[in-house]
Amino acid sequence: MANAAQHHILSVLVENKFGVLSRVAGLFSRRGYNIFSLAVSPTEDERLSRMTIVVDAESAPLEQVTKQLNKVIPVIKITELTPDDAVERELMLATVKAGAETRSQVTDLAAIFEAKIVDVGYEAMTLLVAGTPDKLDAITDLLDPFGIVESQRTGRIALPKLARERTKLRAVKDRGA
Amino acid sequence: MKLTGAQALIKSLEMEGTEVMFGLPGGAILPVYDPLIDSSIRHILVRHEQGAGHMAEGFAHATGRPGVAMVTSGPAATNIVTALCDAYMDSVPIVVITGQVPYAVIGSDAFQEADTVGITMPVTKHNWLVTDPQDIPRYVREAFHVATTGRPGPVLVDVPKDIANQMMDWYWPEAVDLPGYKPNVKGHPKQIKDAARLWGEAHRPVIYAGGGILKARASAALKELAEATGTPVVTTLMARGSFPDDHPQCLGMPGMHGNYTAVTSMQKSDLLIALGSRFDDRVTGKVDAFAPGAKVIHVDIDPAELGKVRRPDVPIVGDCRLVIEELIKAVRADQQKRDWPELTAWWTQLREWQERHPLYYEQPEDGPLKPQYCIDMLRENSPDDTIVVSGVGQHQMWSSQRWKFNHPNTWINSGGLGTMGFAVPASIGAKVGKPDRMVWAIDGDGCFQMTAQELVTAAAERIPVKVAILNNAYLGMVRQWQELFYEERYSEVYLSPDLPDYAKWAEAMGCVGFKVETPDDVIPTIEKANEIDDRPVVVDFQVDYREKVYPMVPAGGSNDDIILDPAHDKSVGR
Repeated sequence: MANAAQHHILSVLVENKFGVLSRVAGLFSRRGYNIFSLAVSPTEDERLSRMTIVVDAESAPLEQVTKQLNKVIPVIKITELTPDDAVERELMLATVKAGAETRSQVTDLAAIFEAKIVDVGYEAMTLLVAGTPDKLDAITDLLDPFGIVESQRTGRIALPKLARERTKLRAVKDRGA
Repeated sequence: MKLTGAQALIKSLEMEGTEVMFGLPGGAILPVYDPLIDSSIRHILVRHEQGAGHMAEGFAHATGRPGVAMVTSGPAATNIVTALCDAYMDSVPIVVITGQVPYAVIGSDAFQEADTVGITMPVTKHNWLVTDPQDIPRYVREAFHVATTGRPGPVLVDVPKDIANQMMDWYWPEAVDLPGYKPNVKGHPKQIKDAARLWGEAHRPVIYAGGGILKARASAALKELAEATGTPVVTTLMARGSFPDDHPQCLGMPGMHGNYTAVTSMQKSDLLIALGSRFDDRVTGKVDAFAPGAKVIHVDIDPAELGKVRRPDVPIVGDCRLVIEELIKAVRADQQKRDWPELTAWWTQLREWQERHPLYYEQPEDGPLKPQYCIDMLRENSPDDTIVVSGVGQHQMWSSQRWKFNHPNTWINSGGLGTMGFAVPASIGAKVGKPDRMVWAIDGDGCFQMTAQELVTAAAERIPVKVAILNNAYLGMVRQWQELFYEERYSEVYLSPDLPDYAKWAEAMGCVGFKVETPDDVIPTIEKANEIDDRPVVVDFQVDYREKVYPMVPAGGSNDDIILDPAHDKSVGR
């Protein structure tokens, strides 16, 4: 994956209607905006869906992207999630070469990354890993030497972090200022 | 009350106040054409679906009300795509109804099936595929609402044949509920105040009025604002007539073929007040070199326009009329508090430019007929409130340059998309919308040949439009570019002055046809044409093919490098 600094995560709430994905995807292509990843799913409210779109901010100013996106009639709300105030997760399935000699090394790695082994063959096994995009990048790097036969990532999903009282101590002079 | 989907559709159109629609029936839309017989809606049967779309646009441009077109599925739907795209680029409110193959067979490559909703998605503000007849009134209501509010634009409702035949319980939704569509019409008070403050410091302000003024019916407000501030006004191609050309503060059209003063005033300005304009490339030329010393106040109903091309110092999202009315108050309040700079020096400079670089042409007494002369004579011999409609190319630029537009909605053309063949059908739509007004289409010979068959529609429906063909036997604007930028290598631009014979063609279509070859013949023929009010008229003006449109800013060039007509440039040799 390219440098995270050039990415923005847009959490887009849309009406769960015929053609919405096509309208949003079409807007990106015809305005020349690049999508890094896209995840769509229904929300707790069945009339709505949420799209989590990771946008390449190099291809267009984010402001234009969100303004144009806002003009799509079934788009109800757009929230930009910066990595600092969002919880993001991604899922990956990876089939890795793992014969008799290397199998235990791969399972060790899987354990370290809390990956599940979802399928085992004679010469390979398939792992399921969930985590932040960074974590998926890391395990990919480590699995690479064994030989990744196939892998697929879902693209990230994200929600805003919940507001909580800060537990950090504040400097005294701030109080009552 | 039980109705078929088709009956509900026609009734919904009536509920929206549709008086006239332009269209052509076919297989998939057949059910909807049946209840049309019993409807109060006048239907105008076109000869090509593109014509229906442009007529709806012409109607909308002339009246400010949404134009309605109805065509069948497949090829009919694809034929109207050009008009949808045209309306999308120029923010014209039109509602297009298309037939669709039965819902049950969608996706099976049925006869005359096309993915109309998919095809038109990029060129409509929104579109709907009806999957349940019960949704029809709601969708029609939503369609008209979306087309006419916010930044206006085209919408499309695709109606499968089986849905049109199914029964539904009639209702009419009182309100529209679109959670993702809430256009902001009222400008932010603080921004408006900031705008007035910035304006009060400007020494060389220019109001850059765009098509949004007409869409927002803000002409009267604009005049008041301009007069309250003494600021010069340029009117873009889409805004001609939004501020009267005979007003002393009007500088006319800026842009690629704008007049020297309008173009240069923006270049030298220290404050641009952009009202419903969008910094189109045909206005700005090279963006980096456009109005380099100007701060920008930008008012537009579409938030995406603010900062799309040029970052404004004061962005204001809102309806032009409402914002201008508030701006007038804010300006007056600011003027009470302090003295605004005198604009005398600025006006002196502007008047000097106007004096030095007027639009210019020469009509030799017995020489070849000049297109500009034809336009001038048309203007002088037609009513002041004549509606002028043009296609795209040289004739369009000359018309915009030379006509004096003193009333809003009297100039109709294809600006953003640049659609050749727009003029004839759009003029028919305009005349239907404004039957008491004289409507002159000023067209090119290339454009005319693209949609001329709609004159059959006009003759059959007794819609007495008038068409002036500035016939220079060439695709003139392309020829001009080949002459200036391709070393006079003329590639595929010659059309012939008399193939077809335009006057005979016009007669064959049920119109009166005239041919004018000499300057002497111009006025008498226009007078004859203007007396005819029972059928369309076509005048074939055989004009000088060498005449070019000046001034000109070469594509991608800086507005500072404006080229004046070498034959008439008074600054040459200075």
